[in-house]
Amino acid sequence: MNNLRDVWVYLSENPLLHLTMTLAAYLFGHAVYRWRGFNPLFNPVLFAVTLIVIILLVTKTSYQTYFQGAQFVHFLLGPATVALAVPLYNQIERVRRSVVPILLSILAGSLTASISAIGIVWALGGSRESLLSIGPKSVTTPVAMGIAQELGGLPSLTAALVILTGIAGAMLGPALMNRLGIKDWAARGLAMGVASHGIGTARALQVNEAAGAFSGLAMGLNALATAILLPALWHAFR
Amino acid sequence: MVAWLAILAACQLAGEIFAQVTHLPVPGPVWGMTLLFGYLVVNGRVPDGLGKVANALLSNLSLLFVPAGAGIILHFKLLAADWLPLSAALVISTLLTIGVTASAMTFLSRKSRPSISGEQGE
Repeated sequence: MNNLRDVWVYLSENPLLHLTMTLAAYLFGHAVYRWRGFNPLFNPVLFAVTLIVIILLVTKTSYQTYFQGAQFVHFLLGPATVALAVPLYNQIERVRRSVVPILLSILAGSLTASISAIGIVWALGGSRESLLSIGPKSVTTPVAMGIAQELGGLPSLTAALVILTGIAGAMLGPALMNRLGIKDWAARGLAMGVASHGIGTARALQVNEAAGAFSGLAMGLNALATAILLPALWHAFR
Repeated sequence: MVAWLAILAACQLAGEIFAQVTHLPVPGPVWGMTLLFGYLVVNGRVPDGLGKVANALLSNLSLLFVPAGAGIILHFKLLAADWLPLSAALVISTLLTIGVTASAMTFLSRKSRPSISGEQGE
């Protein structure tokens, strides 16, 4: 029994354990997603995150310890974001044909995302911290945290809200757009990228390359638009 | 393959430096994406090796959000304190944003080029 404990103590401090756990949880989540016929309610990111959180709580492992292993996966987000240039380039003709509609749609989405989120938290009597932290929820994490800091919110709360927003959009967005009868891949991709940043882009890429390209474009431009507009609006109307 | 992975990393590095120097509110990897996009426009086509590396990274993009997602464990208290306003805002505002953006794009692109509407559809 003592031997088993020693093995656990050794493994729990070794990055390999949590790297393997991250990969296995995602593979398991993806297998369930496929088994349920790609039902968006069985979103593999949500499944894997829930599973890992439960394991960390049960084994009393700190997030810092977990992240020592998981960082090798997390690190690839940067190069993957750079790689979004490839699908975008493949859609260059479509992008060039509709520059003005793209920019106006992203602007409309960016304003809707910030104003409606702050408005709903305010109407339901949320705390000041929540109000200031939720504004940039649709923006990719590093930029969202910077905006929250500037508004006087809690960047770490914003980081959690950004991830949850991404998952919510990936789960509910496609069904909503089906109901609205939106079939154009460019429009579907833009909406996913504006509302749900990289997680929405990942979802869009799984379905259609054009949607993924427009989603990546929208993610980048929405980060820029929100970072400029939200602090300006906040200072003007405070 | 390795050469293209190095180029992706180098684009990101250049992007991070640019972001640090300019203080513009855009993260380094997004500048890196812009840089690589510029190269592709100049080059006129996607090199095979780059296409393969990009495809390998992007076909598993969802996986890369799992470590950051598990970070929610650090914020349970903050989330629990205001769970109703926060969850209502998350779901309603996200749906509203998707609806507004997708409808705006559909409406505006139809208006600006009625001739290509036949291309829409799945």
